[in-house]
Amino acid sequence: MDSLLPLLAATLNAGTPLALAALGLAIHERAGVINLGAEGMMLLAAAAGFAVAFHTGSPAWGLAAGAAAGAVLAAVFALLVVVFNASQYGSGLAIMLLGSGLSAFAGVSYAGRSLAQGQAGLPWLRDIPGLGGTVFALHPLVYATMALACLLTAFLYRTRTGMLLRAVGESPESAHALGYPVGWIRALAILAGGLCCGLAGAYLSVVYTQLWSEGMVAGRGWMALALIAFGMWHPLRILLGAYLFGGLTMLQFQLQGMGVQVPSQFLAMLPYVCTIAVLALRGGNPGWMRRNMPRSLGRPFLPER
Amino acid sequence: MIQLEPRAAASRLAAWLSPLVALALTMLGGAALFAMLGIDAWQGLRLFLVEPFNGVYAWGELAVKAVPLVLCAVGLSLCFRANVWNIGAEGQLIAGAIAGGGVALLAGPDTWRGYVALVMAAGMLGGMLWAALTAWLKDRFGANEMLVSLMLTYVVQLLLGYLVFGPWRDPYGYNFPQSRSFDEAAVLPVLWEGTRAHAGLWLALAATGAAWLFLARSHPGFRLRVTGAAPAAARYAGYSPRQALWTSMLACGALAGLAGIGEVAGPMQRLTTSVSPGYGFAAVIAAFLGRLHPAGALLAGLVMAALYIGGELAQSRLGLPASIVGVFQGLALALLLLGDTLVRYRIRWRRPAAAAR
Repeated sequence: MDSLLPLLAATLNAGTPLALAALGLAIHERAGVINLGAEGMMLLAAAAGFAVAFHTGSPAWGLAAGAAAGAVLAAVFALLVVVFNASQYGSGLAIMLLGSGLSAFAGVSYAGRSLAQGQAGLPWLRDIPGLGGTVFALHPLVYATMALACLLTAFLYRTRTGMLLRAVGESPESAHALGYPVGWIRALAILAGGLCCGLAGAYLSVVYTQLWSEGMVAGRGWMALALIAFGMWHPLRILLGAYLFGGLTMLQFQLQGMGVQVPSQFLAMLPYVCTIAVLALRGGNPGWMRRNMPRSLGRPFLPER
Repeated sequence: MIQLEPRAAASRLAAWLSPLVALALTMLGGAALFAMLGIDAWQGLRLFLVEPFNGVYAWGELAVKAVPLVLCAVGLSLCFRANVWNIGAEGQLIAGAIAGGGVALLAGPDTWRGYVALVMAAGMLGGMLWAALTAWLKDRFGANEMLVSLMLTYVVQLLLGYLVFGPWRDPYGYNFPQSRSFDEAAVLPVLWEGTRAHAGLWLALAATGAAWLFLARSHPGFRLRVTGAAPAAARYAGYSPRQALWTSMLACGALAGLAGIGEVAGPMQRLTTSVSPGYGFAAVIAAFLGRLHPAGALLAGLVMAALYIGGELAQSRLGLPASIVGVFQGLALALLLLGDTLVRYRIRWRRPAAAAR
């Protein structure tokens, strides 16, 4: 028990950026938009978040700046795919490259610096003797992410607006025929998802590692995309998947700590290999995929007059 | 609000002009970026527009950078034509470097001079094997090829790290993560004295020609194009999407692998942790800029090579991070996509009142 709780806490901590990004991308995909730019949005957010947190000394401002950076890139993406009706795949790649280029550019003077350590955790709760020190000592955003997954589930399946969002992802033609502004709905979904991806990136640099290095997102943006298929577009399952992957990352360090005689590079491959396994398992059941995948995913939509 | 109206007929000329316009606008964006950084814009742009073409040595460097880009871009064009979203050329390149590099390390001081052909073949096989993994996972399990090929890139990068930090590390390398340098027999010959341009240039040109012949003149190439462009028609004609998947993936893997071993057996002559500064990713843009046509990929590969050289010069002369190239690449791709919209659609400005239903 004594070693299990810290491990659980570390797993939640490692899974949070993945979960945030995947939930954000799930909002995109529910509206029928696939965004390959998540890696770039997270990278730029990580750089912007770190820079702001470094200069203001406030992690909260850093996270806010990261979310804003994610939203700005998302706005560019929305301009490309919604207003100009460009290919979602191509536009996503462009955002990925822009984001990673700009982040390396903006972050170059911050390499090797680190943030002042602050006390994390939820006030009051973390002071509960025993449990509090481990269970409630994580950054508030960890708990907020769990709340977000629940809220998003309620939103998607219990509200009218959520249903409309899903309808746009299933059949933009019908939503348009009923008089709903498909373009605006998609654009708002892209912005909301961009905010989440930005938060995820900033969490990595501001909270998780508390330092900035080039390319530090290390494929998490792409893993988040795979997680959505793993969770079959359902927020709670996506959250669970993210923690599973977070646990995997922790397992890597755990095994190393236990002195397992495997070169570190092979342990570092674990999350990527497992992502591939997940993709193979999910793709192998086209029935599931077809039932759950938003039907217009990846398709541009142009209303006819 | 902006409204798009499909054009009756998109002009071919406009379709070919839009990459050029996109590049010109990218340069304008670059000039704005330099101005923002307080650098004389023309001084900055010179590094990208003039310096890469200035003198014999510069042309040699351009060739060195263009070879891997062209090889990958030609391979990716084949994949994208077949509607196979392979964006893991970078991983296939690294796999080629590993396989070829392993064979190169077996050569000794008195190995037969033609041995380098074996090294190149091993590189191609390595790239093919890595691409085959993606193709198999897609074919057998229906896994998304885009994500799989990307994840495999991270995996092979770590594998390369393991090899040069571990079993292949040069015992006399002062603990640098690198292999010992290859012997003469395993190295590509330099084409012109005084430059670094190596024989990989001929391979890249040959690959471009072969891919063009394959696409334009051969029956399998025709089937591949139809499968990508009109899946329904291809099904009706009995063309197998599986075949298109495997053909394009293996061809792309072979070319990317060749690019990787070309880098290692050409300019580097040893394995290090960084075989490529992202050539495989830049080649995705080169393929789009080149309109998924092998000849276009050749030209776009040269453009991308010039960008890389400009980025290196910006780093050494202006003290800017080399990642400025990534900004240029992203900008170029985004502008190209915008341009394509303008080729296909007419833009109408409408007042909200007029747009009301």
